[in-house]
Amino acid sequence: MVDGSPALDGSGALGGSPALDVAAAPATVNAGTGPLYGEPPIIEVRDLTIAYDGQPALRDISLDIFRHEIFGIIGPANSGKTSFLRALNRMDGFNPGMDVRGSIRLNGKDVNDWRNVYALRSRIGVVFPLPVGLPLTVYDNVAFSPRLRGIRKKVDLDEVVERCLTRAALWDEVKDRLDSLGSLLSGGQQQRLTIARALSQEPELLLLDEFSIAVDPVTTMRIEDVLRELRSELTIVLVTNLVQQARRLADRTAFFLMGEMLDIGVTEDLFEGKVTDERTTGYIEGRYG
Amino acid sequence: MTPPDHTATAPTPTAMDPRRAMDRRDLAWYVDRAAQALVFVGGISAIIFILGIFVFVTKEGFDFVFGSLDVGEFFTSIAWRPTSNNPTYGALALMVGTASVTGFAMLFSVPLSLGAALYIAEFATGKTREALKILVEMLAAIPSVVWGFVGMSIMNPLIIETFDVPLGLGVLNAGLILGLMAAPIMTTIAEDALKAVPDTYREAAEALGATRWEVIRKVVIPASRNGLLAAVLLGVGRGFGETMAVLMASGHAINIPTSPFDSVRALTATIASELGDTVTGGNHWGALFTLGILLFVVTFVINLTADIVVRGIRKK
Repeated sequence: MVDGSPALDGSGALGGSPALDVAAAPATVNAGTGPLYGEPPIIEVRDLTIAYDGQPALRDISLDIFRHEIFGIIGPANSGKTSFLRALNRMDGFNPGMDVRGSIRLNGKDVNDWRNVYALRSRIGVVFPLPVGLPLTVYDNVAFSPRLRGIRKKVDLDEVVERCLTRAALWDEVKDRLDSLGSLLSGGQQQRLTIARALSQEPELLLLDEFSIAVDPVTTMRIEDVLRELRSELTIVLVTNLVQQARRLADRTAFFLMGEMLDIGVTEDLFEGKVTDERTTGYIEGRYG
Repeated sequence: MTPPDHTATAPTPTAMDPRRAMDRRDLAWYVDRAAQALVFVGGISAIIFILGIFVFVTKEGFDFVFGSLDVGEFFTSIAWRPTSNNPTYGALALMVGTASVTGFAMLFSVPLSLGAALYIAEFATGKTREALKILVEMLAAIPSVVWGFVGMSIMNPLIIETFDVPLGLGVLNAGLILGLMAAPIMTTIAEDALKAVPDTYREAAEALGATRWEVIRKVVIPASRNGLLAAVLLGVGRGFGETMAVLMASGHAINIPTSPFDSVRALTATIASELGDTVTGGNHWGALFTLGILLFVVTFVINLTADIVVRGIRKK
């Protein structure tokens, strides 16, 4: 599958060979807005190994992520899930001890070949586990990225801010307090604000890192609805420590454990026990965490 | 069927620490009280000292201010002739002297210090960062008389040669020296303020595609504005109150400067150089204490302004 032609039979790859089929794409896809398994993947990861000061955090990960798919990554703490996300938009620059090897290609181009890393990052939206409201007003938080892109006119910015807040299911709650500090919103509202902010980048890829950790269940469900709708516009990588959240949202899911990818496949298949490694089922069923 | 006996499982008083159970004031209780008292004394003494100094300075200048001082002359005349047969106490030139030297110092020191703080906090890493921090803090430890010495013996000939002027002791010299003296404290405080901005802000902004400079300009500096302002005001206060270096580098001549090379005399330097030659309780003595009150009031106003500005920013 490394040649880029997607698998038409996902279950076949899960059978005999111990090597995981990196593309592992299912034959049946949701009609209309579903994942585009028939087209070249948006993200191709090959032999990705990440170490911090010599300590390996992720070993030999190879996988493909397709357009308009919600790709779930599950696994206990310290499995390398966050490191994986950080490598995707080259946030390794923040940590001098972080060493990334292997290749990650976005639309066929290695992320390390981008001459302007800021342009790369502006195409990838990130939502962190704890909402990081920049010390700005609600409006300025969402207008931050558009302003970086050079949008200056008030009327254009107004339009972007309203559209992104609406898509993040926050507009109705904050439309009367756009000028108050983003940090004054509740935790769940702040997380939706960061999603609105990520959407304001008009990203083609949205990375979510355990977004519901500081969000109440009702808000979590609202955000999940938002993500389902967003799938028609962009591709989502969802790192979650909630197994059921992956089941609810992800088209395909990968299971990371101690820096290794033990399983990858159609989410329902994994949950029905079609796994290559027994530990996957063990984790899904909550025998360890 | 009898209901379960819940009381049986409750901890009996004997299971507790017997000393606590007996409600006795133990050592920890007294230590707690003593510590509270000690900390209270420490906190309140700052207020007492400030009030004490204010009362003392005001008391010494009081008779002069309400007896012999010509307020109009004090603020508008440049004739500071306390030892003349017909003494006049015009402090305008001294005020302008202090203001010009401090202003010049800030003009050159604020950008330098903020730049240094930005480099240390945002760009320098590892050993470079540590070395820079230590060196900057060592600069703060240089005694002011040494700075004055530098102004007299190094800057003075340098200015004479570079700008072809007859004398190198003046606003430029004192301003540069004062700027260098104020830079370490401004750099250190500003760097602390920048470092206090959580890294998550930087990460979030960079994840949005902002460049390092955009992150600094749009996120880090606005978030640390209060601290940066405090750093600048501390620098201003440092310049305002500095005496020895200014005395040595400014030329100490009563003069309204018209160019950076003109000699001036500062309020502080005037007090330091003249107080020893006055009659205790006399008019000259009182006039010098009036200068002290003026310094005190101006410093107070600067700090109050800073406080109001900082509060205003915080509220917004």
